[in-house]
Amino acid sequence: MLQEYMDRKYRTDNKPSVEANLIKNNVAIVGIGQTQYTKNSGRDELDLACEAIQNAVDDAGLKMSDIDGFDTFILDRLSLPMLINSLGTPNVRFSCEVSGGGGAGCAVAVHAAAAVATGQADYVCCYRSLNEASGHRYGRGDDFIEYMPVALTPNYGYIWPLGFVTPLGWAGVWGRRWMHEFNITREQLGWWPVVLREYAQNNPEATYFGRPMTHEDYMESPMIVDPLKLHDCCVNTDGAAAYIITTVERAKDLKQTPAIIAASAQCCPIEQEIQTIYQRPSISGLVETWYVGQELYRVAECGPDDIDVAQLYDPYSIGGIIQLEELGFCERGEGGKFVEGGDNIRIDGKIPCNTAGGLLSEAYLHGWNLVIEGVRQIRGTSYNQVKDVELSMVTGGPGVASSGIILRR
Amino acid sequence: MTVEYNPDQKIPHPAMWGVLYKSSTPFWEGVKNKKIMLQKCKSCGNLLNPPRPMCPKCQSQENEWITAKGTGKIYSWVTFNEAPHPAFKAPYAAVLVELDEGPRIVSNMVDVKPEDLEIGMAVEVTFEDVAEDLTLPKFRKAG
Ligand SMILES: [Zn+2]
Repeated sequence: MLQEYMDRKYRTDNKPSVEANLIKNNVAIVGIGQTQYTKNSGRDELDLACEAIQNAVDDAGLKMSDIDGFDTFILDRLSLPMLINSLGTPNVRFSCEVSGGGGAGCAVAVHAAAAVATGQADYVCCYRSLNEASGHRYGRGDDFIEYMPVALTPNYGYIWPLGFVTPLGWAGVWGRRWMHEFNITREQLGWWPVVLREYAQNNPEATYFGRPMTHEDYMESPMIVDPLKLHDCCVNTDGAAAYIITTVERAKDLKQTPAIIAASAQCCPIEQEIQTIYQRPSISGLVETWYVGQELYRVAECGPDDIDVAQLYDPYSIGGIIQLEELGFCERGEGGKFVEGGDNIRIDGKIPCNTAGGLLSEAYLHGWNLVIEGVRQIRGTSYNQVKDVELSMVTGGPGVASSGIILRR
Repeated sequence: MTVEYNPDQKIPHPAMWGVLYKSSTPFWEGVKNKKIMLQKCKSCGNLLNPPRPMCPKCQSQENEWITAKGTGKIYSWVTFNEAPHPAFKAPYAAVLVELDEGPRIVSNMVDVKPEDLEIGMAVEVTFEDVAEDLTLPKFRKAG
C-alpha cells in the first residue's frame, strides 16, 4: 500500500474483481437513529444506546426482535451482553468489534455489510454510545491502561514520558509537516471549521446550533496544541447513534428509501499506530485515506467528480482538509487553497462537506453521525440538503486503519 | 525549554509498556547507559523503529542493536499550551527528530523555547534523569 501511495499509482491487477464484490449494490442502510446530543446526559451509555437503537429500528420499520447482529468498533465501554439483555434481541448470531478507533468509523458498516451479504445475519445494528463530555474522554493522557489496550506497546512507551500523550499532539505533528511542505496557512485552515459551523446553524440537533462563528472568531480562539486552535478540534458529546444494515432485497419491504452501498473499503497500512505515522517516508499525506478513496472509486466505478456530497471524519480541521486532497477533490498540497473562503465545501460548492456540522460542530459520535448524515443526503432529509444527490461519500478517521463507503439511491 | 515534570505525579516507566512486547527492552537499557540504540535487521540491514520481532521488509526475525550517533534534525513538532496530563507542566513542545540514520523519534528540546523551534534545526541527543529510576533521551541544538 505504502509503495503504491508513494508512487501515486493504485494497482488494480492485485485487487479482487469488482464483479465478485458481494456488497456492491446488494446491501443498504435502512434505518437511522440517535439520541439528543448533549454535554451532560445524566444517563449511562447503555441507556443511551438502547434509545438510539430503538429509534433506528422504528425508523426502518422493523421490530427489535428482527435485529440479529451487532457491530461497533473497539474501545467501547458498554457490554454487548448487557445490551442484548436490555434490548431482548433473541436471535443474535453475529457480533463484531472492528479495530482502528475512529478510522473504523465506516469499517463498522463494511463489516456489517459483509455479514448480511454472506448470510451471517439479516439485520445488523451498528451502534455507538458515548458520555465523552460528562464522563470519560478517549485519548486523554491517563487512559493508557484503563481504556487503551493498544497503548501497551513499545511505541507508546517511547512517547508518553515525553509528554506526547494526546491525539491532538499525534496529529498535530503530521499536520504541521503538511502545512510546512505546502505553505498551508492558519487562515486557510480556519475555513473548514467556519463552514461546518454554518451548517450547524441549520441543524437543531447540532451541539453548536444557535452559536455561529465567524472566521475572525476562529482566528481569535486559543491555541490548544500548536498548530491546532480550539476551533480546529472536535466537540465533546454525550449521546448515542445507531444504524441498521440489511440487503437491498429485504429493504424493499421496509419504510425508508434505502441508502444503497455502492462501494465500501477498509485500509490497514503499515506504520499507523494511534496516528503516530512517523516512520513513513512521508507524513504530509495520508496513505489510508488515499487508498480508501481509490478503492471506493474502483468498486463504485466513479471518480471524485461524481461524488455529490461527502462526510469526512474530521476530529480536527487538518484531518478533514488533507482528506480532500487524498480523495482527489483537489490536488495534493492544494487543500488550503481549496477551502479558502469556504465556497468549495459549501452546499453549492464543488464538494459540500460535513453538511450536518461534522465532528467539529454537530457531534463527536465517532463518525456515526457522519454515516447518518450521509444516509439523510440520499433520502433527501438533511437539514442542509444538497440537490439531487446520487452519490454520498462517508470516510473514517485519518492516520489510523481507515475506511469509507459510497452510498447511492 | 524542556518539559517540567510535576514531582507529585509518577511518570509510568516505559518498561511498563514492555510487558506484552519485549522488543523495546534493549532501547531502555541503552538509554540507561546514555546511548540511543536502534534495532537493525541482520538480514537486510533495515532499521526497525519502534522495535519489532520481525523485519517488515524481509520477514527475518534475526536482528541486532546498533548505537545511533545521536544527531539529527527536527522534522516537525507540536506545542502543548495546556497540559494534557497533570504529570507535565505546560507550555512545552514535543519534537519529532529525524536521526541521521533515518528513523524518527519523539522527544523534547532542553535548550530551545517552543517559539524558537524550526523544521530542519540540527540537534544532538542529551540524557535527562527525570526520576530516580527514569532517564530519557532529550535533544539540544547542535554545535
Ligand atoms: Zn530485513
